[in-house]
Amino acid sequence: MLVELAKSRDGERPSYLKGLDYSVVQQCMHCGLCLPTCPTYDATQLERNSPRGRIALMRSIADGELTATETFADEMYFCLGCLACMTACPAGVNYAELFEQARAEAESARVLTSPWRRFIRMITLNWLFMDHARLQVLGRLMRLYQTTGLQGLIRRCGIMELMPGRLRDLESMIPEIQPNFSDELIAPRSLPKSGAARYRVALLTGCAQDLIFSDVNRDTLEVLQENGCEVITPANQPCCGSLHAHNGEWETAKVLARRQLDLLPPDQFDAIITNAAGCGSHLKHYASLLKDDPVYLARAEEWDGKVKDIHEWLVEIQFRQPEAKRPEVQLVTYHEACHLCHGQNITSQPRDILKAIPGCELTELPESNWCCGSAGIYNIVQPEMANDLLDRKLAHIESTRAHVVATGNPGCLLHIQNGVRKQGSDLRLAHPVTLLAEAYRREAHGE
Amino acid sequence: MGLKNQVLQALSTRLGPKNVLTRREDLIPYSFDGTAALKQLPGCVVFVRSPEEIADVLRLANQTKTAVVTRGSGTGLSGGSLPSRDCIVMCTVRMNRILEVDERNLTLLTEPGVTTLDISMAAERVGLFYPPDPGSMKISTIGGNVAENSGGLRGLKYGVTRNYVMGLEVVLPTGELMWLGNKCVKDVAGYSLKDLFVGSEGTLGVITKVLLRLIPLPGTKKTMVATFDEMDRAAEAVSAIIAAKIIPCTLEFLDRTTIQCVEDFAKIGLPLDCEALLLMETDGHRAVVAEEAKAMAKICRQQGCRELRVAKTVAEGVKLASARRSAFSALARMAPTTILEDATVPRSELATMIRFVDQIAKKYELRIGTFGHMGDGNLHPTFLTDERDQKEMHRVEEAFKEIFDEAIRLGGTITGEHGVGLAKKAFLPRFLGDTQIDVLRKLRKVLDPAGILNPGKMFD
Repeated sequence: MLVELAKSRDGERPSYLKGLDYSVVQQCMHCGLCLPTCPTYDATQLERNSPRGRIALMRSIADGELTATETFADEMYFCLGCLACMTACPAGVNYAELFEQARAEAESARVLTSPWRRFIRMITLNWLFMDHARLQVLGRLMRLYQTTGLQGLIRRCGIMELMPGRLRDLESMIPEIQPNFSDELIAPRSLPKSGAARYRVALLTGCAQDLIFSDVNRDTLEVLQENGCEVITPANQPCCGSLHAHNGEWETAKVLARRQLDLLPPDQFDAIITNAAGCGSHLKHYASLLKDDPVYLARAEEWDGKVKDIHEWLVEIQFRQPEAKRPEVQLVTYHEACHLCHGQNITSQPRDILKAIPGCELTELPESNWCCGSAGIYNIVQPEMANDLLDRKLAHIESTRAHVVATGNPGCLLHIQNGVRKQGSDLRLAHPVTLLAEAYRREAHGE
Repeated sequence: MGLKNQVLQALSTRLGPKNVLTRREDLIPYSFDGTAALKQLPGCVVFVRSPEEIADVLRLANQTKTAVVTRGSGTGLSGGSLPSRDCIVMCTVRMNRILEVDERNLTLLTEPGVTTLDISMAAERVGLFYPPDPGSMKISTIGGNVAENSGGLRGLKYGVTRNYVMGLEVVLPTGELMWLGNKCVKDVAGYSLKDLFVGSEGTLGVITKVLLRLIPLPGTKKTMVATFDEMDRAAEAVSAIIAAKIIPCTLEFLDRTTIQCVEDFAKIGLPLDCEALLLMETDGHRAVVAEEAKAMAKICRQQGCRELRVAKTVAEGVKLASARRSAFSALARMAPTTILEDATVPRSELATMIRFVDQIAKKYELRIGTFGHMGDGNLHPTFLTDERDQKEMHRVEEAFKEIFDEAIRLGGTITGEHGVGLAKKAFLPRFLGDTQIDVLRKLRKVLDPAGILNPGKMFD
């Protein structure tokens, strides 16, 4: 593998931050404009918990003034990676890259030594998410647990009450697994609903998305078919590597990116469609991930240009507005997934889609682009901060009096759904594409 | 060396261990402020929540001769809140309550850690207006604004922070607490000590409460953007507007480089092919705003402006102004290090000064972006450089020396709004002269006999 990393002072361990082009670190001129947009700084008002503070720590490592300590690693994992600072930064600091490199630095320094943490990371990052078939098997087992009544039994019999609080919380966070995964709902090749294909696109079905939101994948397919797209959806797609890159497994992320490029050569498609904000935000940066890979770089560059978030793509191809005889009025509010608005600068398109749905009244959510706390697996590893953010989000949602909260990322959907369920509210959570697909279906039924 | 253990112990006992940071990873993020190329690790960082805590910290510092550097959000641009070696950084961001908005006296009483934006919004909620709007207002604290006497985009018509400070609560370096000023519009009892503390850059005392003057919120405003093919014409247009006895609330300019960076960040459709851009804003009564806007548009056209765009809505105007506010940080897109100055000249000398800055950049082979508050003669020439290139950094220093000399020769000042801090310290004695520096030294010595507050800043 082509890995060119600077050696750290001990001469053994490669240093990601030292290997980084110094101008990326130097770009931050510590003006502080990121501070008010950072959820962790907002919570603690400690500079260490702010973007410019974290960059200062990274720079200290790059300068050899600090080594990657446990405190440094903890700090990098306290960051949500919401990228709100990138939207706020006039200087254009590439925080996403810095943050991923810093986590990689922390991992390669092996300063977070808890055996449990290492075990979990090994099972998930290095085993489970390396082969989608394994994830599907796990999904089936979880589905069994949920449908055989075992889950209900365990919850009722009080055994969970004996478990430590953390484990109890985790159990309650297990999402409902779909009866059918994407490959059972979506054919490898689907033609437009009517007429000749105007575009040929690939549909990425995701990892967790495939198990928990295969219905959103099907909705995405239908919406694409409604808009003249021929859709190629290979079964058993590999993980895009977003999870790995965000969690310091830089080398594994490269392996997964190459797999993706092999499976879906970008020159065969007009666009490569993702409906998960977190994946999209990573998928668009394969070229920087593979910049030292002469074999894949050109393909990665083409890929980056063709990856489109579904909202972005629909607006780009001027999607057709569904018609309705008797529009069903629903008050909808929109929560911006961080990796859509901050990670991909997509803010108006999801709103345009919602506004185009007959009967959909869009009401703006206060602080719509403030992280809900989901942040990948953040809600599992940093539950306290994640729950504070969730409470803040729920209060804003309540203030809108909306019936439906739309958001374009599985993590946010699940996290907010959990919060809503705990409140005992009947608020509906939905991907904007699901709402659009429903409108097309109602139209087809002549409603 | 580090701070003495007994000092850290005492701080920890008084403030609680959670409010005293000593770990290296905690201190590194406090080793700078908004100023480029300045860095110094403090001995510790403490968070204070009341005047009493501040007084206790200062008494302890006085007894042990420990340096104390007060800090808000650390956005200053002259190194004013840069730590000194082994000092206590005293952070006031957690004193963030607005204590009172008095609509009958048009005043606002606040703790020092409240952000400028929060103050401005609190005033607006009751139809009042706090005009000073420094570029970092979203995060800068009012305590820092008062200590640095911050300016902003509206300085031309509304003045700077000093013009809005009616009262201060201050803790002296020796630990005594005192109130300066009050809610009276007229008050001539004794020396105006409050004015001594405004702009004292944390060298004379620690501000624990601020009483601000508010004014009625202007009824409406209009924002315009004019573009020019030559910087000179833009400067002439500004002079002509002032000469026509119009004082707009904002009269800002950006040069070509700055326009490109700002547009790259804010994406608001600024024209990229002009040499200079004027951002003009007039506010007040509807009729006056309409008349002034018309007159300014006419003057710009007479000066041969290429295009004149009027913001259709207030929201669009706000967007343009906030884009301008990001100019300095946006320039960082161009180079690893951006070094910003704020030489200021009488308005009549603006065109001369702008030409001079241009010549200097050529002479020293430096890249430069210039923007600033053209209406009040406050320029922000910004050198785009790389702090690792020592030769170029030396040329930058030489260039600045010449710029300051020229500003002084034209009757201007070495700093219009950023303060002296460390960045301008070397230039202050010559600018003020021996007598004035001597008076300043004596004053400081009286208030801070042990020399613990922000030592090494402003002057020695």
